[in-house]
Amino acid sequence: MGENSKSVVVIGAGIAGIQAALDLGDMGIQVHLVEKMPCIGGRMAQLDKTFPTLDCSICILAPKLSECYRHDNITLYTLSEIQKIGGSVGNFSVDVLKHARYVKEDVCTNCGDCATICPVRGITNFFEANLVTQTAAQIAFPAAVPAAYRIDPSKCLYLNYEICGLCYQNCGADAIDFTQKDSVLSLDNVGAIIVATGLDLAEDIHTLNIYGYQKCDNVVTAMELERLICASGPQAGHLSRLTDGKHPKKIAFLQCIDSRSQKGQMYCSSVCCMYTTKEAMIAYEHDNELESYVFYIDMRAGGKGFQKFLQRGAKEYNIKYVKSKISHIEVDKDDNPIITYEDYETSEINQLTVDLVVLATCIIPSRGINKLADVLGIDLDHYDFVKTNPFLPVETSIEGIYTCGCAREPMDIPRSVAEASGAAARAAEVIKGG
Amino acid sequence: MSDKEEEPRIGVFVCSCGSNIGGLIDVKALAEFSKTLPNVVFTEDNLYTCSETGLAQIKNGIKDHNLNRVIVASCTPRTHEPLFRDCVKKEGVNEYLFNFVNIRDQNTWCHQKYPEEAFDKAKDLIRMGVAKAAKLEALENIIVDATPTALVIGGGVSGMTAAHSLANQGFETHLIERETELGGRLKTLYKLFPNDQEAQILLENLKKNVQSNENLKIHTSAQVKNIEGFVGNFEVKVEENGNIIDLTIGVILVAVGTSLFTPTGYFGYDGKTRITQYELESKLKNNDVKARDIVMIQCVGSRNNERLYCSSVCCMTALKNALILKENNPETNVSILFRDLYTPGTHYEDYYRRAREAGVVFVEYSPEKMPSVEENLIKVHNEYLGEDLLIPYDLCVLSTPLVSNNDNKALAQMIKVPLEENGFFLEAHVKLRPMDFATDGVFVCGSAKWPVDITESISQGYAAAARASTIISHDTIEVEGATSFLPDYNRNLCTGCEVCIKVCPYKAINKNEEDDIEITQVLCKGCGVCGATCINHAIIIRHFTDQQILSEIYAYGGKEV
Ligand SMILES: Cc1cc2nc3c(=O)[nH]c(=O)nc-3n(C[C@H](O)[C@H](O)[C@H](O)COP(=O)(O)OP(=O)(O)OC[C@H]3O[C@@H](n4cnc5c(N)ncnc54)[C@H](O)[C@@H]3O)c2cc1C
Ligand SMILES: Cc1cc2nc3c(=O)[nH]c(=O)nc-3n(C[C@H](O)[C@H](O)[C@H](O)COP(=O)(O)OP(=O)(O)OC[C@H]3O[C@@H](n4cnc5c(N)ncnc54)[C@H](O)[C@@H]3O)c2cc1C
Ligand code: SF4
Ligand code: SF4
Ligand code: SF4
Ligand code: SF4
Ligand code: SF4
Repeated sequence: MGENSKSVVVIGAGIAGIQAALDLGDMGIQVHLVEKMPCIGGRMAQLDKTFPTLDCSICILAPKLSECYRHDNITLYTLSEIQKIGGSVGNFSVDVLKHARYVKEDVCTNCGDCATICPVRGITNFFEANLVTQTAAQIAFPAAVPAAYRIDPSKCLYLNYEICGLCYQNCGADAIDFTQKDSVLSLDNVGAIIVATGLDLAEDIHTLNIYGYQKCDNVVTAMELERLICASGPQAGHLSRLTDGKHPKKIAFLQCIDSRSQKGQMYCSSVCCMYTTKEAMIAYEHDNELESYVFYIDMRAGGKGFQKFLQRGAKEYNIKYVKSKISHIEVDKDDNPIITYEDYETSEINQLTVDLVVLATCIIPSRGINKLADVLGIDLDHYDFVKTNPFLPVETSIEGIYTCGCAREPMDIPRSVAEASGAAARAAEVIKGG
Repeated sequence: MSDKEEEPRIGVFVCSCGSNIGGLIDVKALAEFSKTLPNVVFTEDNLYTCSETGLAQIKNGIKDHNLNRVIVASCTPRTHEPLFRDCVKKEGVNEYLFNFVNIRDQNTWCHQKYPEEAFDKAKDLIRMGVAKAAKLEALENIIVDATPTALVIGGGVSGMTAAHSLANQGFETHLIERETELGGRLKTLYKLFPNDQEAQILLENLKKNVQSNENLKIHTSAQVKNIEGFVGNFEVKVEENGNIIDLTIGVILVAVGTSLFTPTGYFGYDGKTRITQYELESKLKNNDVKARDIVMIQCVGSRNNERLYCSSVCCMTALKNALILKENNPETNVSILFRDLYTPGTHYEDYYRRAREAGVVFVEYSPEKMPSVEENLIKVHNEYLGEDLLIPYDLCVLSTPLVSNNDNKALAQMIKVPLEENGFFLEAHVKLRPMDFATDGVFVCGSAKWPVDITESISQGYAAAARASTIISHDTIEVEGATSFLPDYNRNLCTGCEVCIKVCPYKAINKNEEDDIEITQVLCKGCGVCGATCINHAIIIRHFTDQQILSEIYAYGGKEV
C-alpha cells in the first residue's frame, strides 16, 4: 500500500491514546500524539501492579512508552493541548499549543542535578498522589518518556523574578534553556481525531470529609495506596502508616466512595471492585499477617478471570468481603480509624477499628474535558464523559472524531486497550478508505 | 556489522528495575563482577535499562567501546527483548548478537526471601549469558510477502463489524457464517439494553453495511474445513453450500460467539413456567406473556464451582426484560433475585435506577442459602430481614450464562491457538494484547473470547480489524530468524526417520518430492523440539546451537569451552 498523505491526531497519551497511536503508526499512518502532561503513560504509569494477572504496571507499560517515542510514524507533543480545530472529517486542521519545557528534550540526561539544587521546594506532586513534594525542576518518575526534566514556570524563581538560575549553572549537559517559548503548531490534512483524555478522581474535586479523608492521615485513597505500596513510590514499597510509620495489620477497603451515590456521582466506576482485591493482595504479599476487610454493596467482577481472582483473594490472601453500608468514620486517640457500618448479612450496626482505611474513590471525567469538548464541538453526556451511542461505541457526535477508554466511560485497562484499537480502526477507515 | 571472525567485545548492562531487582541484590556489584568475565569490555548498571535514559546508555556503550555483543541482565525477554534488540540494531549491532539474562522473573521475584542466594544466582546467570554471547552468530529476519486479504469466521455482530471495517479500509474480506443467515444471537433478541433499540433494526443496519461493500464477500451456510500456511499466506479451504472454495488469506479473525446454556436440573426448569431469559425474549417478541407475577433468578449456572465466571450480560438482560414487562403492563409484579447486580459504568447503573423507579423489586440471596422454586411460590432467604420471603409466581425466569461453543476446540486446533479453562479463546496477553493470539496473524473478538454485551462486541470487532490491519497494510512481513534448519553438510546424518515431522507443533517440517526433510522457515517458531528429538543431531536450531548451549552449561560449572 502506498503512502498515506493524511494523518491522525490522538489527544491524551494514557494507555488508550498510546495503543491507538501505535496501531495507526503500525498501519503506516502518521500520528500526532498530543499530551498535556510533561510525559506520557497516564494513570497506568502510577499503578503498582494490575489485576487480574498482577503484572507490574510500569514493567508492561514501559516498552509501549518507548515504542511510541521511537516510532517512525508517531510524533509526540508533550505539555501540549488542542487550541483550535477547523475543517471536517477527512480534512481537519488542528492547532496545538505546545508549552515550553525550558529543558532541551534531546540534551537532558535525566541526571536530576537540577532538581537537587533547586531551592523552591514543597510543590505538590501529582504523580505521587501528593504524598511527597517536588522542586520546580521536575520529572514524574525515573522511567518517564520523554526522559527529560521540565521547569515548572509557575514556581521557578528565574522565570518569575529573574533570580536564581541555579539549575542552569548546575546542569552539566547544558540542557536548561530559559529562552524557550510557548508555541502554536498548525497541523493540516488531519483525516481523523481520537479523544483519549481518560480520567480524574473524586479526590481531585471533593474533600470526602465524611470518610475521614484529609482529617486523618490513616485514611487514604486507592490511588495513594498504589503509590504507597509501589516499589518506586515514596515508601519504596514498604507500606507504613503516614501518622506513625507503623506497618498496618488490619486494613479496611471502602467501596463505591462517591460512586453510585446521590451525593456524589450516580454511576458505577467499574474498576474499583477489582483493584481493591488487587491492592489487598499486594499488601498481603508485603506482610502475611495482614487482614483485609472489603466493605461493598455489589461485587462487580465480570471480566476474564475476575471471579477466580476474588476467590483467590478470599482463600489465599486473608480478604474478608463484607456486604454492607458505611455510615461514617471516626478516629481514636491513636489515629486508628473506626468504621461504623450496617452489615447486610445480619442487618446489625457494627463497628470495626483498623490501622488503615483505603477509599475506592469515584472515577470522574478528565477535568479539562469541557473546554476540549467546546474546542472540538463534540457532545458530552450528563456526567461529562464523551457522549457515545451504545451501538456506535467509539463514535462521538462529530463525524471523524472518535473516542476510547475512560474518556467515555470508566473502564479497566484491557477494555481501554481494545477500544483504543477500535477507534484506530475507525480512523484508518477514513484515511485508507478515502 | 560484526562478522564471525571478529573478537567478541561484550557489554553487560545490569538493570535495577526500580527496586524489583536492585531492592534485593546489589546491581552495582553485579556490574563490577561482570567486568571480570571473559570478553567483557564494558559494564554499567541502570535504574531502568528500558527507559529512554537506559537505552541511551546502551547506545553510548556501543559507540564508545565498540561493542559487538550486548547483554542486558534484567526483567524478562517476554516483554522486553524486542525493545533491546531494536536498540542495538539501530546502533549497527546485529539484533541476534543481543542476549537477555533474566535476573528478575526467574531470580529476584521467585527468591525474595533469599537475597544472598539470589545474588549468587544472578552471578551464575550472567556468567552463563556472557559465555553464550561470545558464541552467538548474526542472523537475519525472514521476510515474506503478505496477501492483503482477511478471513472473518463468524457472522454475529462482532464478526460483521470487523469485516465491515476491514473492507472499508480497502482489504478484500471474506465473512464466513455457518448458519443460513447473518446475525448470530442478535437474530432472536427483541429489544436491546441499554437504549431499548429494536434488535432487528440494528441487525438490518449491520447487514446492509456488510452486504453493500464490494470488498466484502459473504459466505453463509459455510464452514472452514482446513487451514494451512502462515501469517500473510494462509491457504484456507471453505465449504459453502457443499462446494469447496480455496482462499489465500493474510489474516484470520475469530468471531464465533457463544452458545446458550440449558439449565436442566436448576430450579425445576421446564421451558413452560420456568424458562430462561432467552426464551422470555421470544415470548416478548411474540407478545405472548400472560403471567402477572414474574420472578427472575440471577446467576443460574454461573459463578459456581462448575462455571466460575460472571457472564456479564444476564443482569442487564433481566433488567431490560423486567422493564419491558412493566411498560407493557404496570400491574405486572416483577421481582429479581440476585447475588451481586452487575451494572458497571454509566449507562448500566442508570438503567438499574430506571428499573428500581419502575417498581421492579430486588431481593438479594446468598449462594449458601439458594432460593427454592415450589409449586406457586418461590422461597428466598432474605439476609437483611433475617427471614424467608415467599413470593408468588406464575412465571419464573432463569438468568443463565453465555457458554463457549463445543466445537471451539476443533477450530482452535486448526488455527493453532489456545482456549482457557471454560472453553473461551485465550488471547496473547489479557491486558495489553487483548485481540491478538500468540500465533502471528490470528485475532479474536466478541463473545468468543469472553461473554460481552453488544457495545463491547462492536468495539472489539473494530479493534481486531485494527490489529489485523497493522499486518496486511504492508506488502511484506518480517518473522524471527532464530529457526531450525537442516544444513546440507548434515544431510548425510539424516536417516529420514520423520520423527521431527511428528513432533513439530507448528507443522513446519515436511518431506519434499525428493523425499528429503524440508523445514518451512516462516512456520518454524524456533521452539527447538525437533532439534532435541533428532537422534542423529542433523537439525540445528539457530540461536540455540549445541555449541551455544554447551558453553552456558560449562560456564555454569566453571569450565570454559
Ligand atoms: C486506583 C486505581 C487503580 C487501578 N487499577 C487498575 C488495575 O489494576 N487494572 C486495570 O486494568 N485497570 C486499573 N485501573 C483503571 C486504569 O487506570 C484505566 O483503565 C486506564 O488508566 C485508562 O486509560 P486511559 O488512557 O483511558 O486514561 P488515562 O490513564 O487517564 O490517560 C489519559 C491521558 O490523557 C491526558 N489528557 C487528559 N486531558 C487532556 C487534554 N485535554 N489534552 C491532552 N491530554 C490530555 C492525561 O494527562 C493522560 O495522560 C485503576 C484505576 C485507579 C483509579
Ligand atoms: C437472552 C439474551 C439477551 C441479550 N440481550 C442483550 C441486549 O439487550 N443488549 C446487549 O448489548 N447484549 C445482549 N445480549 C448479548 C449479545 O447477544 C452478545 O453480546 C452478542 O450477540 C455477541 O455477539 P458475537 O458476534 O460475539 O457472537 P454471536 O452473536 O454468538 O455470533 C457468533 C456467530 O458465529 C457463528 N459461528 C459460530 N461458530 C462458527 C464456525 N465455526 N464457523 C462459522 N460461523 C460460526 C454463529 O452461527 C453466529 O452467527 C443478550 C444475550 C442473551 C443470551
Ligand atoms: S536538565 Fe540538566 S541537570 Fe536537569 S536532569 Fe537534565 S541534564 Fe540533569
Ligand atoms: S532557576 Fe528555577 S528551576 Fe532552576 S533552580 Fe532556580 S528556581 Fe529552580
Ligand atoms: S466498581 Fe465496585 S466499588 Fe466501584 S463503583 Fe462499581 S460497585 Fe462500587
Ligand atoms: S451478569 Fe449477573 S446474573 Fe449474570 S453471572 Fe453476572 S452477576 Fe450473575
Ligand atoms: S524448532 Fe520447533 S517449530 Fe521449528 S521446526 Fe523444529 S519443532 Fe517445528
